[in-house]
Amino acid sequence: MLDLLFDPSFAASVPRFVTPILLAALGGALCERAGVFNIALEGFLLVGAFAAVFGSFFSGSPYLGALAAVMAGTAMGLVFAEFNLRRGGDAIVVSIAINILAAGLTTYLLRAVFDAMGAFSDPAIAGFGRVSIPGLASLPLIGPFLSGQSPLFYLALLAVPALSFFFARHRLGLRIRAAGENPAALEAGGVGRRRVQLYALMGCGALCGLGGAQLSIANVTLFVENMSAGRGWIAVVAVLLTRGRPWPLFIIAVIFGAVDSLSFRVQGLGMPQQFTDMMPYLATLAVLVALSWWRRGRTANGGTL
Amino acid sequence: MNGTLGREAMSWAVALAWIAAVLFILMALVGAPFGDALSAFLQNAFGGRRFSYLMATLSRAALIAGMAVSVMLSFRAGLFNIGGEGQLVAGGLVAALAALLLPGPPLFVLTASILAAMLAGAGWALLAGALHLYVGVPLLVGSLLLNYPIRYIASYLVAHPFRDVQSGMVQSHLVPQATWLPYFPGTRLDIGILFIIAASLFAIVYSRATVHGYHARMNGLSPAFARTVGLPVRKLTLQTLAMSGAIAGLVGAIAVFGIHHRYIDGMLVQPLYAWTGIIAVLLVGMIPWAVPLSGLFFAAIQTGAAGMERSAGVPKEIALVMQAVIILFVASRVSGALVASSERKAGAAEDA
Repeated sequence: MLDLLFDPSFAASVPRFVTPILLAALGGALCERAGVFNIALEGFLLVGAFAAVFGSFFSGSPYLGALAAVMAGTAMGLVFAEFNLRRGGDAIVVSIAINILAAGLTTYLLRAVFDAMGAFSDPAIAGFGRVSIPGLASLPLIGPFLSGQSPLFYLALLAVPALSFFFARHRLGLRIRAAGENPAALEAGGVGRRRVQLYALMGCGALCGLGGAQLSIANVTLFVENMSAGRGWIAVVAVLLTRGRPWPLFIIAVIFGAVDSLSFRVQGLGMPQQFTDMMPYLATLAVLVALSWWRRGRTANGGTL
Repeated sequence: MNGTLGREAMSWAVALAWIAAVLFILMALVGAPFGDALSAFLQNAFGGRRFSYLMATLSRAALIAGMAVSVMLSFRAGLFNIGGEGQLVAGGLVAALAALLLPGPPLFVLTASILAAMLAGAGWALLAGALHLYVGVPLLVGSLLLNYPIRYIASYLVAHPFRDVQSGMVQSHLVPQATWLPYFPGTRLDIGILFIIAASLFAIVYSRATVHGYHARMNGLSPAFARTVGLPVRKLTLQTLAMSGAIAGLVGAIAVFGIHHRYIDGMLVQPLYAWTGIIAVLLVGMIPWAVPLSGLFFAAIQTGAAGMERSAGVPKEIALVMQAVIILFVASRVSGALVASSERKAGAAEDA
């Protein structure tokens, strides 16, 4: 087990699994801090993955594919905002509907646009190559993890401190936090709460779109029905656990991504696929249990609902 | 008075126009004529030779309505149990395995398998409940995450130890033919729907006319109040979840003995029965007697769409899009019914 962890190909595969979860979770953090209970990250990711393949296939450029994913994700954020913020639908109901909408729409369009059942792959889908940043590979310990990844991975890495700064210092970031923590103060300051929440949802959609692009045009170059496969839900858990703080979120995403990647490796060693497939979910539950016990240990009267 | 009514009607008309526009665009993408597709849709949802499609709608409606009733019990008690899928899979899997392994007369095997399925569903729901109450994993998250392990466990069992190798598919052997639920005379509709009707009646009476159901609802509308007046909130939570899970398990057993006669990998997951059940409950704002009807409505959409695929070449996933769009427009009108949920949500976020 231990030599597996230091296997260079394992190291290189971790970021591939971390990136989609991290990007989706950072998007979720925007909503969490803005006081929008968005559990539609799974749907946002899936739409992003489809749009990336769509954009890349028709333009021949992975960057335009990622742009299409950002636009599609943002559009999903707008749909969420329309029904939750403007029409006042319950956030959980809207989220469930959007997840079903994403599953239905992507499968429908897969057949309508590409005439494909189940999966679509084509040489015309341009994927992201690996970026090599000079000197990165020679860093001790983390070098093998960092070098030669897709540009989206580096973007996700930069997004962590950027979002942290955004929440701490930036005007809109502060307003987003006010929208979540003290809406009355925000309104008293002459800023509409729902407008701020709308921006958070759009940002969330864009980030999830990029996460989806990592799934479909960086890790592979194809689209498979329901290819988000629960990663959006894992991102939701990460957001709830960390209450949307970027750095703790990064740590959680790395843990979940590493388990995801490990389960993929163990599969190569002959363990039945079904057992390795359930590892990320069991690991997520295990982290939840461990954290809640740890918290309960710190606060003597840690009563639940 | 007239003014608000007019405005109400207007907003419904706008919603309908939106839904129609979405469908129209999607159909235009595959080049299907709107009128033909629509008539294929209606024909296939309700018509067919000797009403065969209506029967298909009804047997699907039974499963969706069953899941809807299961979810309703939890939701009314303010418990965001979205793990119906896992409870359904646990029931279907255990039903098929019990029927394959148990010796004895068919009626005994059938009864024991159905009971085992209900126990399995209840057990899976209680696991989420225990994680929620005793470990502090929010129910919304815990129940959802538990959907995945059971899905893969079932998949493993029918792919390896219990696989019907000769069939070439990932599925278990057929359960003994003597345990299959019979069809209504002269139709292709199995009597499984009677079980679901019984479960629905139980749930309606329980919700509207029993003290326990009243307490559960009280807990749903205001957990703080329920605690203050001294209701045994934990016990209530676990009992409600067990009932929800048992009904989901029953639905799984009906799918095995009435429709598929074996456990096929993905047969309960891919049609999104559990999620459709959830939106069927939300559509009617958790009003007990309306929940089975709402399940029927969504089943009609799905079988209609399947027919539209056969005769007009429109991919059947349009049903999912329709369901989602309908629920989005309706969600903004039934949000009042979920008032207590915001309190829960805040709690859940704190706990996480």
